[in-house]
Amino acid sequence: MLQSVSDFLVITKRQLLQMIRIPEVLIFATIQPAMFVLLFRYVFGGAIDSGVKGGYVQLLMPGIFVQTVAFTLAATAVGLAADMQKGLIDRFRSLPISRSAVVIGRTVGDTLQNVVTLIVMGLVGFLVGWRPSSGIVKVLLGFLFLLAFGYSMSWIGVLIGLSVREERVAQNLVFMTVFPLTFLSNAFAPTTGMPKILQYFAEWNPVSTMVAACRQLFGTQNIFGATANSWPSENPILMSLIYMVLLVAIFAPISVRKYVRVSK
Amino acid sequence: MKSIVAQELVKSYRDGEVKALDGLNLDVEEGTVLGLLGPNGAGKTTTVRVLATLLTPDSGSATVAGIDVLKHPDEVRKVIGLSGQYAALDETLTGWDNLNMFGRLYHLNSSAAKKRAEELLEKFSLTEAAKRPIRTYSGGMRRRLDLAASLIVKPKVLFLDEPTTGLDPRGRMEMWEVIDELVKGGVTLLLTTQYLEEADHLADSIAVIDTGKVIARGTADELKNQVGGERLEITVEVNQIPEATKLVEQVTGTKPSVDNGIRKISAPVSNGSASLIQVLRLLDDANIHPLDIGLKRPSLDDVFISLTGHVAEVVVEGGANVAKRK
Repeated sequence: MLQSVSDFLVITKRQLLQMIRIPEVLIFATIQPAMFVLLFRYVFGGAIDSGVKGGYVQLLMPGIFVQTVAFTLAATAVGLAADMQKGLIDRFRSLPISRSAVVIGRTVGDTLQNVVTLIVMGLVGFLVGWRPSSGIVKVLLGFLFLLAFGYSMSWIGVLIGLSVREERVAQNLVFMTVFPLTFLSNAFAPTTGMPKILQYFAEWNPVSTMVAACRQLFGTQNIFGATANSWPSENPILMSLIYMVLLVAIFAPISVRKYVRVSK
Repeated sequence: MKSIVAQELVKSYRDGEVKALDGLNLDVEEGTVLGLLGPNGAGKTTTVRVLATLLTPDSGSATVAGIDVLKHPDEVRKVIGLSGQYAALDETLTGWDNLNMFGRLYHLNSSAAKKRAEELLEKFSLTEAAKRPIRTYSGGMRRRLDLAASLIVKPKVLFLDEPTTGLDPRGRMEMWEVIDELVKGGVTLLLTTQYLEEADHLADSIAVIDTGKVIARGTADELKNQVGGERLEITVEVNQIPEATKLVEQVTGTKPSVDNGIRKISAPVSNGSASLIQVLRLLDDANIHPLDIGLKRPSLDDVFISLTGHVAEVVVEGGANVAKRK
């Protein structure tokens, strides 16, 4: 048991080392959401009448945060696909280490990268006027929630990365799925403007429940959701927790199994 | 004692359409080097992947260092080293980072892992490059580091899957020296290669593999003998070919094969040097002065072609492709 923990920590450490050896990766991973903040804040922000105290940016930041951590899936998938492609996974599999060490190490490593990204995003948000009003404890809880969501999304990334085995394919596949998921939600605009069927989708979308949960934890009224008076939009924190548990409960065992049997 | 035993290994892909292994049998005596020789797609890599616990065969069994590969893969992983066709290292990290990481994954403690990393870097002449990311390494340096990573805990059995494929001649020579050195240390080594001269140079015994089966087994000399003994070969001017051919036949007693393109006449001989002198004398009497004459033992190339029925892909020093004659 202790050995397994030390195994996955070595893998996690490898990722932190990568972060230090090629800081560009983390820099670009942070610049992209920072650009989104500026674009939405200044391009759309003026056109969207938010009606909440403090303006659109209060609604926007939780959306951006959730979008950012949802993309952990991409980091995990692309990273693992690259390791597959280069044969590194083969080498790991030939070592006397626990069968889950590589994938657990990967998901934890990607989550740690999120810590850095979220700190930077929070600062950028603060600079453009984001002011959470719920007090330090709830704000920290909000960020913890975001990290947990990123971690559970990361497990989907494991399965994708090990299945497609090629960096580029993983990249395209992930962007094709995660981008729509983050926009078919209450993250950037009210769901009321959507066709009925999309509204239902948006209400149940884990991105929406996460955004709603974060808005609640950061002390902003979620006027972009709760249109259909659906259960998930009324209980966003609980629903998000359920989603996270489900994601890990489903994808972690499948992914570990996939890792054990994966072969070129 | 046998260090590696594989029995009737079968592995097929795409619902049996492609048979990568088709009843492969193999054994390697402890402390010896077996060269697994075969063209691309013959099943070399699949064999290594099965023995290194990376791939489960459809049927058959295998033991490595006396341990059942299918029943106790975790135990096997403790005693093997694997260095693949593609250098499987973390490109973004330095050589030192990589060895240190793998040391930790072999469960050396922090200081032992560091010490071992330094020893191996020194041994493989990579100390100077230790603090540079792998992506700045040459192909040869990567392979050496990859090999070093497979030697962290001195393995009982080492698998090298095409260790020199894609290297330039210098990188290849360096790799050969390193492997020679290892072999002196007494490791059991299974080496796959598509280079005939590599198997000849490095291996104690050779298994020729084609379409998922071992089709011949023996030392390089035994395999060469299997194809036939010495041949007498002479090269003459085009207009002298018919007469020279007649003379060669007269001496050797068999009909020589003639390649008009390269003006070469060749025939098997039993008493090599005597026949050579006799032919030379007759040619001289006939006033034919050969451009080239000599006795030739069959090369492993000949062995390969006669066994598999197709030409091996051979890259000679300098990188030019040479089509081997059938």
